[in-house]
Amino acid sequence: MSRISQLFKKKKERILNIYFTAGFPELDSTLTLMKLLQENGADMIELGMPYSDPLADGPVIQSSGSRALCNGMTIAKLFEQLKDFRKEIDLPVVLMGYMNPILQFGFEKFCATCAVAGIDGLILPDLPEHEYELEYEAILKKYGLDFIFLVTPETSDARIRRLDAFSNGFLYAVSSSSITGKDKDFEEVDKYLSRLRSMNLKNPVLVGFGIKDRLSFQSACRHAAGAIIGTAFIRALENSASLKESVKGFMDAVLK
Amino acid sequence: MINRNISLNRGSYKQPNIFGYYGNFGGAYVPEMLYRNVEELRDQYLRIIYEDSFQQEFKALLKDYVGRPSPLYHAKRLSEHYRTKIYLKREDLNHTGAHKINNAIGQVLLALRLGKKRIIAETGAGQHGVATATICALKGIECVVYMGSKDIERQAPNVARMKMLGAEVVPATSGSQTLKDATNEAIRDWINHPDNTHYVIGSVVGPHPYPDMVARFQSVISEETRAQLKEQEGRELPTKVIACVGGGSNAAGAFYHFLDEESVELIAVEAAGLGVYSGHSAATTRLGKTGVLHGSKSLVMQTEDGQVIEPHSISAGMDYPGIGPLHAHLFESGRARFLSATDQQALDAAFELTRLEGIIPALESAHALAALKEIRFNPKDITVLCLSGRGDKDLDAFMKAFEVQPKNSYEQDQSVI
Repeated sequence: MSRISQLFKKKKERILNIYFTAGFPELDSTLTLMKLLQENGADMIELGMPYSDPLADGPVIQSSGSRALCNGMTIAKLFEQLKDFRKEIDLPVVLMGYMNPILQFGFEKFCATCAVAGIDGLILPDLPEHEYELEYEAILKKYGLDFIFLVTPETSDARIRRLDAFSNGFLYAVSSSSITGKDKDFEEVDKYLSRLRSMNLKNPVLVGFGIKDRLSFQSACRHAAGAIIGTAFIRALENSASLKESVKGFMDAVLK
Repeated sequence: MINRNISLNRGSYKQPNIFGYYGNFGGAYVPEMLYRNVEELRDQYLRIIYEDSFQQEFKALLKDYVGRPSPLYHAKRLSEHYRTKIYLKREDLNHTGAHKINNAIGQVLLALRLGKKRIIAETGAGQHGVATATICALKGIECVVYMGSKDIERQAPNVARMKMLGAEVVPATSGSQTLKDATNEAIRDWINHPDNTHYVIGSVVGPHPYPDMVARFQSVISEETRAQLKEQEGRELPTKVIACVGGGSNAAGAFYHFLDEESVELIAVEAAGLGVYSGHSAATTRLGKTGVLHGSKSLVMQTEDGQVIEPHSISAGMDYPGIGPLHAHLFESGRARFLSATDQQALDAAFELTRLEGIIPALESAHALAALKEIRFNPKDITVLCLSGRGDKDLDAFMKAFEVQPKNSYEQDQSVI
């Protein structure tokens, strides 16, 4: 059973997955932040691989990516940083990124390196399920990596079932058909999440996009196994004088 | 002549397969947030654009509003200079000054039939933005144009035109603040407005069905060319067709009805900027590798780490780090020949055409003209060159070129002829 599935077996609710961009705010802050998140109550980490043209991300995450790229972050560099991270990090870790840099690195080589490093899964928003099925599913399976698809309020029930069937670990519910970092209408999100819950999907659901504080986290947790926070966490790091204090402050505000 | 079916195989030159592939290139690499919009378009576009009422309205606007058919002009002095027979397909004479209006009209008519209330577009030099704002003004529909903040500074007259036409021009401040970032911002806007908005992409790029849809709207160029050649030469097929390629929409339109005619040589000309290997170039087929950009798999200029490179060309319309998947397939299969022209060669070619024919071409089209020097012609050849736009918007660049050139160099050039 994958590390992600084990987590959901052990803990059925209020799962908090924190996103941040690798190489931000400093090139070598990746591992420091992972440790701080583990110490401060995160259940899972979504590590963003910076890209010059991140279509599905909002301006805050894009600018963290630009800064990471300026800092010299690359996929090869990230794997160097992750070489021994399993000695210190027990949390499930998924990598999030875009197809182009991975295609350049080599898709299979990328998956193989993920597996050796101890990465648990991948989120690639611009990999469509048709291509996934045709070319990539077998490679991910070969290296034991979970692949997580996104669904939105506009996704039809039939398509949600199809994407759920392809996904392993969890299903990523975009809280509204929108790029990261925007405020959501909770009532509509509620309706959508209860629809997802009533479908009895194979995978647990984590809600992303627009989750930023305790209130929105709790609201998301009413109908889903947990939530993903990205933009708000990046904001908290943007002008941080001490990563240690910023992470603690942020996590306490969400969880306590 | 138009096949309304989409093939199930690997796709042909004229139409991609059901997943949007031309050979190895194409597809729809879009995040789930865009899936429904792209799916709606994919399921509806062929049915709608071949409805009689659509065709009637589209053709009437192309005729009476754009001024089509655009002339196929036998450029005699240019022909003499290259010792062959050259026709210019005069897209520069279209309303708004370029071929871009053909596609903008098609897509806005389609959007209205899909019940959309709001139009968004990206623009580099501003030609596609102006064309889209124009048809939106005509139809009384809201129009938002994303434009890199650097391009907004560089293309002030087109920004003014769009504003005068009632469009909102939104600066793209992310990334390198040029066309590719304007495209990213437009896609994000579309993600945030999934219900009421249609995104009018200006070139044969983007997720399926955009490359095919835009190619079909631009195919009027080669449809007319065939009829005009028949009338003027007694034959429908030229020996060669030459067009510039940024994203590749005018080339797709100029090639379209010749794609399956093997006797017709297709020549695409990219921007080499300061030189193909200078580090300041936009020659995608020379420098690009297979990758995914703006929703399709194609050739993309990128670093070893897969970050997209900001290209360079003197011409903002050529300044794109990819090419449409159709063109990537034409390149890979060898069906089209790809040449490139530098900034300076394009400038020289623009002055040459101006002095020989009294036509000031857009800098984009000047790249196609520059390739004439690289091509071996038979006197009996009939060459069609797509003059995709007029040069009014490029006067700044032309005036700068005047300053550095010896005053009479262009006349001297001609005296050698």
